[in-house]
Amino acid sequence: MIRMLLPLIIFAGLLVLLIAGLQTAEDRKLVASPLIGKPVPAMTLPGLNDPETLYSSADLKGQPWILNVWGSWCWACRVEHPYIERLGREAGVPLVGFNWKDERNDALTWLGRYGDAWSFHMVDFEGRAAIDLGVYGAPETFLIDHQGIIRHKHIGPIDANSFEDLMRRIMTLRSEADA
Amino acid sequence: MIDNPGFQGFRVQGTSYWLILLVLVPGLLLASAIEPLPFANELEERRFRHLAEELRCTVCQNQSLADSDAPLARDLRRELFTLIRDGQSDMEIREFMVSRYGDFVLYRPPLATHTILLWAGPIVLLLGSLIGVSLVIRRRSQGL
Repeated sequence: MIRMLLPLIIFAGLLVLLIAGLQTAEDRKLVASPLIGKPVPAMTLPGLNDPETLYSSADLKGQPWILNVWGSWCWACRVEHPYIERLGREAGVPLVGFNWKDERNDALTWLGRYGDAWSFHMVDFEGRAAIDLGVYGAPETFLIDHQGIIRHKHIGPIDANSFEDLMRRIMTLRSEADA
Repeated sequence: MIDNPGFQGFRVQGTSYWLILLVLVPGLLLASAIEPLPFANELEERRFRHLAEELRCTVCQNQSLADSDAPLARDLRRELFTLIRDGQSDMEIREFMVSRYGDFVLYRPPLATHTILLWAGPIVLLLGSLIGVSLVIRRRSQGL
């Protein structure tokens, strides 16, 4: 009896694997960053509104901060923009824009249309600094603690759920910095 | 090929078929997104191609750096070229990519505790099925 049912059992097992695989397919596209727990790479980049100013990741040490990778070409950045505005108002830490592989004029037009919610922007037109950050798409959002350690990376647009999650993490980083 | 009634087929002589193949096949083999780069010598270019083929393009996950035309892949190829130019070894270059993008960038994953099933799995399956088959054969031959 069991012998006859065996193929059926194996088939059912394969079916379960297939369904489980389909359900986690989206998650598997997300690549966990090996940079979590590592210091934010040293980078000095020009500003967007102020191309003569050079901003350095080292200057931000001493306080937690958010690094948000965006570009005017990036459709999903428009989707997450309301949450970026909320982060700018509610997080209470510097919200640094990382303008990635963009054109200055396009980026400025985009900011004029949707609003500039960031504290300031670092510009990486070439994409060289983005490689050190392990950026592979936009938007991506990094949380960096007061010691300059990358503590969290959110890949993809921020939605209501991930916004709450990010806010919780930022509050933890802020209380660590105050301690 | 084209499958419709009345179609008589391409009227090509036997040798012409070979000519067409000779023209088309190298094109397929060479098809890649790699832009012309100022390599110093052939060895450098061969190393570049080899590395670009075993590194994954993280945005277009089922393509290698050599295959992909994505802007990020182009940036990474430029980086790869610079690293080779700087005299970095293949090992150092792989480490450079892994420290930024994780093991995922390697098409050939490293042998580690979390990849042991991946590497040992096929051997375990092969041994398991060999044992199973030999058991079945032995039992059947005893039954005769």
